[in-house]
Order: sequence, then structure tokens, then C-alpha cells
Amino acid sequence: MSLAGLARLIWRTGRIAEPAPGVPGRPDHDTGAEAPVLPRALRGSVQVRHVDAGSCNGCEIELAAAFGPVYDAERYGARLVASPRHADVVLVTGAVTRNMAEPLRLTVAATPQPRVVLAVGDCARDCGAFRGAYGVVGAVGDVVPVDLAVPGCPPAPADIVAALRQVTGR
Amino acid sequence: MSVAPLVVALVQVAVAVVFAPLVIGVTRQTRARLEGRVGPGVLQPARDLRKLLAKTPLRAAGTSPLTVVAPVVLLASSLLLAALVPLVAALPLALVPGDLFVVVSVLLVGTVAIALLGLDAGSAFGGMGSSRHMTIAALVEPTVLVAVYALSIPAGSSALPLIVAARRDHPASIATPAGVLAVVALAIVVLAETGRLPIDNPATHLELTMIHEAMVLETSARDLAWVDLASWLRLSVLLGLVGNLLLPWGVAGTAAVGPVLLGALALAGKLAVLAVLLATAEVGMAKLRLFRVPELLAGSFVLAFLAVTASYLVA
Ligand code: SF4
Repeated sequence: MSLAGLARLIWRTGRIAEPAPGVPGRPDHDTGAEAPVLPRALRGSVQVRHVDAGSCNGCEIELAAAFGPVYDAERYGARLVASPRHADVVLVTGAVTRNMAEPLRLTVAATPQPRVVLAVGDCARDCGAFRGAYGVVGAVGDVVPVDLAVPGCPPAPADIVAALRQVTGR
Repeated sequence: MSVAPLVVALVQVAVAVVFAPLVIGVTRQTRARLEGRVGPGVLQPARDLRKLLAKTPLRAAGTSPLTVVAPVVLLASSLLLAALVPLVAALPLALVPGDLFVVVSVLLVGTVAIALLGLDAGSAFGGMGSSRHMTIAALVEPTVLVAVYALSIPAGSSALPLIVAARRDHPASIATPAGVLAVVALAIVVLAETGRLPIDNPATHLELTMIHEAMVLETSARDLAWVDLASWLRLSVLLGLVGNLLLPWGVAGTAAVGPVLLGALALAGKLAVLAVLLATAEVGMAKLRLFRVPELLAGSFVLAFLAVTASYLVA
């Protein structure tokens, strides 16, 4: 596409991000469950490292949508990074398979404190459809301590964004 | 020796430290808007810095003290660069000459520090990034030298403050062929030096295509904050230099409060325009293949060389 065509397209498209819902409250607040304690140092800026521990890639598609232009998780201060050393949040998808158990432990250990482990999807929370499968070690919580979880198979991008907003507080 | 230039240099450093995160914020925000997103706001890089400073650094097992020292050296070189380059005021510092060789050496000190940082953790990607970075540095430095040399001929001095002052006092020298060629060459090498598109993609997640990011993959928390601030400072200072060479108006000629304030305001305006232009150009651009980068940089060297030739022909 020519540069002029690209410029016209950008101009015509304008802003496609959906309007932001209000600042999220604690979702556990009416169920009476205990609200997770999240580090205050991460307010306003959260770098996310994504680890696929054995997902079917359904969660990845939703994750890509959450950071895409429509849901735009970046506007709340969350950003995907390339190294766990740069990260504050380790976002894990999928049930933990035998091959990924050790890499997952190492990735969490390589993330500087204070850090948050976020389990995304039913598989990450309780193995979901893959419970009892021969290659599966367990849910993410069986391998590393989980601070926050997003239910759903796959979870909606809006839910992933809401979980990240709980950490950034924006 | 008067203290006024020293005070002005310190003011420049302070101004650069304040503006550097904002420049990055403006480029990211502009990019987000052009992509149809809302964007995190121009203050986001400052928030990232504050957060990084609050975290506990984790260093890979077996790293040498270099991992601790290199980010600080890099930051010191960037701060020195901010003091030497005429950003707010064009006053030569008696202590350290703002000579082109000094400026290039200060840039190189930072380049070497970050390349060693990339090697120190012993990861494969770090070493790859360092080797690419040094290759590009070797191609960039001659162009910087030759381009500034071309600019120094009409000014009769190789000190950057005097070049900017001469261009401000004789605006006719800005639109000469030599001046235009040299500034274009300089602009290309500034993009290469600061790791922007089309030479390096600052937002990439693919380790195989990284240059700057690959070297800092193992850096965390406070160390990463220093490295980030240092590279943002480099970008802002070099952009500010290009801005001041293109539009030298507003740059203070004396150390009085009024002109310096005006200089800071003018700098803010120039940096904002350049940051928006940079981000807009980047949206329409893809990263060059690594093996094409030397061709681009050789092209910029040719421009710089033509600039020197032209300035001798005219003079
Ligand atoms: S939760 Fe659903 S979409 Fe996500 S990895 Fe498991 S099966 Fe796939």
C-alpha cells in the first residue's frame, strides 16, 4: 500500500479502541471472598511477561485481542515485554505440562520482586479440559504461587484487561 | 573561568532529564493514536521509571561487577552528553570542550558500556545484540565526525555550541547544500545510534531481530531504569541537537535567566515536533534487514562526505 493510501486509511479509521469502563472495583467484593493483596509499587505501570505453560492457544488469541487496538490494555499502563527481568506480572496460560513446569518456575524466579503471577483461563486455574491428562503436572497454582486468576475458557479480553487493571489501579 | 556556563550546563542536564521521558511518551502516544489505540499517555515512561526504581534488582548468577557498573557508566555518559551538546544555550564549557571529538568519544563510552553489559550475563542474545550494536557504532561514528566537520567549516570551529551559535547568527548558512546534506546525514545516524526504526525496532519482542533490547534482556529493576533513562536521554539530546541545527532560533546566547528560560521553551517545542514526526514516520516504516543497514549508513556517510566537499567548493 502506498504511503498516501496508508495515511488515508489511518485518517478514515480514527480511534477504534472501545471506551474505557470505569475504574475496576475488586471483583470478589460481593462474593465475600478475600480480595488479593497486590503490591502498591506496581500502581500505574505494569510490564507483563507471558508464559504459555501448555495452552491450546485459545487463551493466546484472547490475550492478543486484549493488547490489540480494540481493548487496548496499554492505555491502563500494562505493556508486554520480552524478558522476565523487565516484568512485574508473569501471565501464565494453559495447564502446566511436564516440559514447561521447570521453565515456568525459572521464569517466575527470574522476575524481580515485587511481582504478581496471573493465571489466565480455566486450564491455568484448575487444568480445565485437560485435568488428569498424562502430560499435565497440574494447574499453575500447583507449580508457582498464584496471586490473581481470570476464569473462562477462553476468558474474554475484557476480563483479562480487568485483571490487569486491578494490578495497575488505573 | 566564569561559573555561568557551568550553571547553564547543569540546567541543561536537568532539562534533558525532565524532557527525555516525555519525548519517549510523545512518540509512543503518537504511535498509539495512529494505530487507532488510546495510548497510555505521555507520562507513562516516567511512571515506568518510578516503578523500576522501586523494585529489587535481580542479577544473573555469575555476572561480574560490570553488571552493576555499566548502567551507571551509560547514564553518566548520557548526562555528560546533555551537558556538552548545545540544547538550551550555546555557551562553550571551559572545563570540557564541546568539541566534536569529545562528543563522539562520550557517545562511544556509553556504547561500549552497554555492549559490555550485554556480554556480561553470558546469554546468547546479549552477545548477539552487542556484536550488532558495535557493528552499527563502527559505521555511525565516522558519519557523525564527517557530518559535524562539514558543519564546522562555515562556523570556523568544531565546537558544537559555536556551530549552533554561528548558524543562529547567520541563518543563510542553514540552507546551503553543505548544511542540508550534513544535517540529513546526521539525522540518519541519530536514528541508528538511538535504535529507532528502520535500523532497530524499539517495540520488538523477537529476540532474533533485536539490537538494543537484546543487550538489556538480562537487566532488571534499578539497573534497567538507569539504562532506559540513559537511552532516552541519548535520543532526546541527539534529537535536540538536530533540532537546534535545523532551527537554531531560541537557543540562549547568554547565561541570563530570561534567555535560558526561552531556550528551554524553544527546546520543548522543537523536541515535541521532532518526536511527533519521528513516530509518524515510524508508523509507515518497516525495520530494515540487518544486512541492508550498512547500505543505509554508507549512504549517510556519502551524504556527509558530499557535505564536506560542497562546503569546500563554496568556501
Ligand atoms: S482455558 Fe480454554 S482456551 Fe485457554 S488454554 Fe485452556 S482450553 Fe484453551
